[in-house]
Amino acid sequence: MSDAREAILDRIASALSEVPGDERAIDIPVARDYQRQGKLSRAKVLELFAERVSDYEASVHRVSRSKLSAAVADACQSLGLKSLALPLEVPSGWRPSNVQIIEDHAREPSALSARELDAIDGVLTGCAAGIASTGTLVLDGQGVCGRRLLTLVPDNHICVIQTTQVVETVPEALARVAGSVQDQMAPITLISGPSASSDIELSRVEGVHGPRNLIVLLVG
Amino acid sequence: MTETTEPHTLAEPHTLAEPHTLAEPHTLAEHHTQSFPQAARGALADTQLRRNLGHATHTIRAKRAAAVAEMGDWEELREAGRAIKERTLRHLDQYLVALELSVTRAGGTVHWARDGEECNRIVADLVAAHGVDQVVKAKSLTTEETRLNDALAARGIQALETDLAQLIIQLAEEEPSHILVPAIHKNRAEIRELFLRTLPEAPADLSDDPHALAEVARRHLRERFLSARVGISGANFAVAETGTIAVVESEGNARMCTTLPEVLITVMGIEKVIPTWQDLEVYLQVLPRSSTAERMNPYTSLWTGVRPGDGPQEFHLVLIDNGRTSVLADEIGRQALACIRCSACLNVCPVYERTGGHAYGSTYPGPIGAILTPMLVGVKNAPSLPYASSLCGACYEVCPVKINIPEVLVHLRGQVVSGQDSVKPEAVVMNLAARMFGSRLLYEFAQRLGRLAQRPFARGGLIRLRLPGPLSGWTDARDLPALPPESFREWWRGRDRE
Repeated sequence: MSDAREAILDRIASALSEVPGDERAIDIPVARDYQRQGKLSRAKVLELFAERVSDYEASVHRVSRSKLSAAVADACQSLGLKSLALPLEVPSGWRPSNVQIIEDHAREPSALSARELDAIDGVLTGCAAGIASTGTLVLDGQGVCGRRLLTLVPDNHICVIQTTQVVETVPEALARVAGSVQDQMAPITLISGPSASSDIELSRVEGVHGPRNLIVLLVG
Repeated sequence: MTETTEPHTLAEPHTLAEPHTLAEPHTLAEHHTQSFPQAARGALADTQLRRNLGHATHTIRAKRAAAVAEMGDWEELREAGRAIKERTLRHLDQYLVALELSVTRAGGTVHWARDGEECNRIVADLVAAHGVDQVVKAKSLTTEETRLNDALAARGIQALETDLAQLIIQLAEEEPSHILVPAIHKNRAEIRELFLRTLPEAPADLSDDPHALAEVARRHLRERFLSARVGISGANFAVAETGTIAVVESEGNARMCTTLPEVLITVMGIEKVIPTWQDLEVYLQVLPRSSTAERMNPYTSLWTGVRPGDGPQEFHLVLIDNGRTSVLADEIGRQALACIRCSACLNVCPVYERTGGHAYGSTYPGPIGAILTPMLVGVKNAPSLPYASSLCGACYEVCPVKINIPEVLVHLRGQVVSGQDSVKPEAVVMNLAARMFGSRLLYEFAQRLGRLAQRPFARGGLIRLRLPGPLSGWTDARDLPALPPESFREWWRGRDRE
């Protein structure tokens, strides 16, 4: 195995024999002249976020903090959910009263298995950031985001996002989670709409292996 | 949807077609036994195939153009995408060692494979060590390239493809024909028929609505995902700085494969490494818009080693060369390693649109395949592919990392010709032509001679003749214009006399 490693590194070195020995990687310029920071007003960013999330067949609702639990209950009702999984960290102010709640205790023996989740109607989580320009939710596998399989196996996903979490551009969102990747090796999942496929005649259809329905509640 | 009914204008290679001979097993072009023009002839005669391809490529072309037009900074993103890859490739050894270190630090194990055979052996050994005989697999071109599924089958391990199109290909026992949508050559009616024939989950009244077809795939695979103990995936990017692997997808099948099993094995070509986390901000913008024409694909998974209590608790990363260092050694061809497999060049290519992917006889079809495959397997083993292009340049224009495909095609054509015997008829004719074009007297003499010789065949400005023998390659697909009765120089001289 280490033979292969040395052989490949040797091949690379001889393939790159024309590269000057004193050239450093940073000597090759990378111009980051593309848009990194948002330019829109906060109101416009939130409007754009709602518009672009809905473009992918997800629904977006603006709700006030005090009405959040009722909004989650409405979402559960509209999707016909009877049971709802959620990370332990989801605060009581988010939790609906009209469905059975099943808490996931991450890193404990009682943590939900994929098979248990498969029998639960939906999942309620928060997120780490939202991207307005692409209509994307960013989850970092920690706290209210929940473990990765929580937002994958159930058929329905209700996601709560605070207005302060919404940024305009992709670079801004990736910068927000860079620290938790570096320090905690957090798994990041970007979600843009429900699961979909373009595999048949290159036309997009929603609902394959991941959640079929995605409801986003924008709070604040 | 416009149907393509006009005659094809395919560039014939200037070589006499030679069948590809393959030096060793487990190379890219294993299922390739014909030259591109030979294989293309069959594809072009298949009207259903051409209708399916024309429909799909035209649909996606318009959508991609709209998704790109939305971005005011597209050209800046393309330039950054190109430059980051240039930086990486010129210092590839350094970044691979850094990646190995960061993946290991995060709890993963890194393996190195010189070729496809070594890669397959590493993967099969890992699977066998866990005592399972079935693995779930997310779509991975690199494992297509190494024919991993065949190698696993030989060890009694069934690899279950979970991407919808890849599943279709596996059920139909065919080869992929597109890098993004491998079953692009099949339409919904054909897929419905296939599912009815092969999947017990398909209801008898299955419609050909893509929603219904996707639902059958979901039911077919769900239990297999839940019980899988080993998952296999490819990688779109790997961040040297953090050890993070990126997989972009739409369906959620790759999330299933990389999250639910206890063990995850990821196979990636050594060129997929990028230096920093920040670099992802470029590729995660240009890739979805260029491939499925979406602002963002439904799911992007970015995992870093092993996360206690979340996802696989054992992670293996297999770094594979399999010809990539040969590509790297070619200073002009090297840029092909920047490819992020978006498939935009396939979708805009007038040649791909008509022949489909199978004619290229490689895991990588279309314009990118026409340059990548000959460099990976050696130009002498795929001499017709650099000619599978009209050099129109549409591929270069759409490439999100600015790979100058026409430049590399011409460069490789040069290698094909210089590798040939110089007494070939083509070389003799070209030498004579060079001498003729080099002398005004000879040139004018040849013009007069040509006018005399064409007299029996020229009608309405065209030569109505199918040229004999090897020259028929020209007249089969093209009209040959007749020489005009008078050249410009003759007219000019006559004007002076008047």
